[in-house]
Amino acid sequence: MRDVAIIGTGMTSFGELWETSLRSLWAEAALAALGNAGVDSVDLITIGCMSSGLFTGQEHLASVLADEIGMAGVPAARVESACASGGLAVRAGFAEVAAGLADTVLVTGVEKMTDVDGADATYALGTAADSEWEGFHGVTFPGLYAMLARVHMQTYGTTREQLARVAVKNHANGLLNRHAQFHLKVTVDSVLESTLVADPLRLLDCSPVTDGAAALVLTTVERARELAGGRPIVVIKGSGMATDTVSLANRSNLAELEAVRLAGERAYAMAGRTAGDIHLAEVHDCFTIAEIMATEALGFFEPGFGGPAVDKGLTDLGGKIPVNPSGGLKSKGHPVGATGVAQVVEIVTQLRGEAGQRQVEGARIGLAQNMGGSGGSSVVHILEVV
Amino acid sequence: MTVGIVGYGAFIPRRRIKLEEIAKVWGADAPAYKRGLQLYEKSVPGADEDTVTMSVEAARNALARSGGVDPTDIGALYIGSESHPYAVKPSGTIVSEAIGAVPALHVADLEFACKAGTETLFLAQALVKAGEVKYAVGIGADTSQGAPGDALEYSAAAGAAAFIFGADGDKILAEVVDTYSWTTDTPDFWRREYMHYPRHGSRFTGEPAYFRHTMSSARGMMEKAGLEPKDFAHAIFHQPNGKFPMRVGKKLGFTDQQLETGWLSPWLGNTYSGASPIGFTAVLDIASPGDLVLLTSFGSGAGSDSFVFRVTDRISEVQDLAPKTRVQLDENKIYLEYGAYAKLRGKIRMAE
Repeated sequence: MRDVAIIGTGMTSFGELWETSLRSLWAEAALAALGNAGVDSVDLITIGCMSSGLFTGQEHLASVLADEIGMAGVPAARVESACASGGLAVRAGFAEVAAGLADTVLVTGVEKMTDVDGADATYALGTAADSEWEGFHGVTFPGLYAMLARVHMQTYGTTREQLARVAVKNHANGLLNRHAQFHLKVTVDSVLESTLVADPLRLLDCSPVTDGAAALVLTTVERARELAGGRPIVVIKGSGMATDTVSLANRSNLAELEAVRLAGERAYAMAGRTAGDIHLAEVHDCFTIAEIMATEALGFFEPGFGGPAVDKGLTDLGGKIPVNPSGGLKSKGHPVGATGVAQVVEIVTQLRGEAGQRQVEGARIGLAQNMGGSGGSSVVHILEVV
Repeated sequence: MTVGIVGYGAFIPRRRIKLEEIAKVWGADAPAYKRGLQLYEKSVPGADEDTVTMSVEAARNALARSGGVDPTDIGALYIGSESHPYAVKPSGTIVSEAIGAVPALHVADLEFACKAGTETLFLAQALVKAGEVKYAVGIGADTSQGAPGDALEYSAAAGAAAFIFGADGDKILAEVVDTYSWTTDTPDFWRREYMHYPRHGSRFTGEPAYFRHTMSSARGMMEKAGLEPKDFAHAIFHQPNGKFPMRVGKKLGFTDQQLETGWLSPWLGNTYSGASPIGFTAVLDIASPGDLVLLTSFGSGAGSDSFVFRVTDRISEVQDLAPKTRVQLDENKIYLEYGAYAKLRGKIRMAE
């Protein structure tokens, strides 16, 4: 297996981008990544996108998008694993370069979510739940994560305030990220007073509906050295993926995210690293409870200690292990298919030392964890500067 | 030639429904709606009130303040509404007949979502300015529709405002200083033929529609007229809810004091074509000679009309000649329960 480096990053600003179409968003991020890498041709394009059909009426997306940047003819594949589609697109590109099937891959993620109204967006997102065991009964994601939160609170004593502090931290980080959807200071009180969505989760516990795209250029370490131009070379040392039952009813333990734990273990094993080696992480905080559960499943904290860790500031910028320095899905925004790629963009930016005010000092090893649905799939990548 | 308003009047139905009463029926979070939209109650038309009857009332109040304008001297009458009682058959003919302005006049019904009212003001003042007619009447009126349970149901209200424009100096109570309009193809809200209730693009109705058009129109107006927010005694913006007009006013640099007189929506609701025009009548009710007033409407689809008026010495003579807007808003209210409201708004399916 060949070593794989990331030589280019690009992303759009995230937000309600009313005047920008899916293909324009994607092209902006893709061209930015190609420009950042200094390449003008690739062997393959991978695209993470959850539901361009329901959100914009466009399927057959890979060909449409390759053509959009004048690359019709280049192999292109869309991959889908709900909100983990972006992470899966990174893994698909990584696998092709590692296996020697491609030397240079444009890895992308995109979602255009605001062409439909709130009810239709909720429906589209809801298709990532188990349609027969959950969807038909009217359950939506805030409800599913509210159940996970309830179990976590009951099992470990995680508090309502600890959930709020995740939002406070991530919004504080988002203030330092010009690409973030929200530049909004949030307090524990404002989270606790925000509109109740699905008890115990409130509006400010939830990530938003977002338009956005992100892109990476992957290649061999040899080619990366030629193109680096003095920049640090960031390589993907570990890639792990796992599935779980989509339906919560079929899980043995709702206080743990099994797919995240398995994906993490596989990525650590490939990288030859442990949780203690990680300097910073981007995790999938679609809801505040998801961040707490992810930090436990990834081994940053023992089960039940994710909440207290937030209280102690261990995951703050400057803490023991900064989590979501980009602002996370919570503040940066969550264009579902783009999220997993944008997480890797943030880790590369940090490892290159280009994160400005939100730079994690001395960061050399970073982790990105992307998740589908309520934990039915997860993809973890470990990146290092070589 | 100086053209201006020679008479103005408003009409607000007596019936009201409180936001809690609507929220109770749909299991909605009333405190969250109140906080989010800054709406407390809204007007409801009675069984014998519609766009035509409210227009007649408002036009009669305008005539009462007109210093004796002979209705037969009215050369044009326009009504802007998205709730004309007939799909085919004009509202304007009935109103013209009722106020005695027929038959030598030009009449038209206009529609442009919530800005149809100010369109009539623009046309009326322009015709007088061109010397085509001696007096022209512009009316904005609506019994607006909101689908049961939709966010619009908390705001869709009823009311009318009428303005008579003329060029005779001794009658003018507010001069038209300048006008400006800003329009694009922005489909944020619509109702097709045969649809009972309008549809909207939810959050898309905010930034790209209301805020972009209203801000651009008001800024363009002030730039064109060489004026700044501090030059105005009052500013009135289209008010689809309580929150939007205050937010737009603050963003443009107006103070609470400049905005609050014409800010009726928290207690009136959104009277669509009547909204900013009725707010303007509330301002004229208390305005002083020399006051500069900015009026900026918004209509989905989308566009925004702005006007700058300068109030004259005659204002104090006419303010008490017809029922004031705030009096109609605050007094003699009849509160409805949802059942009676549903009946009056035609939301109950009757035997065929």
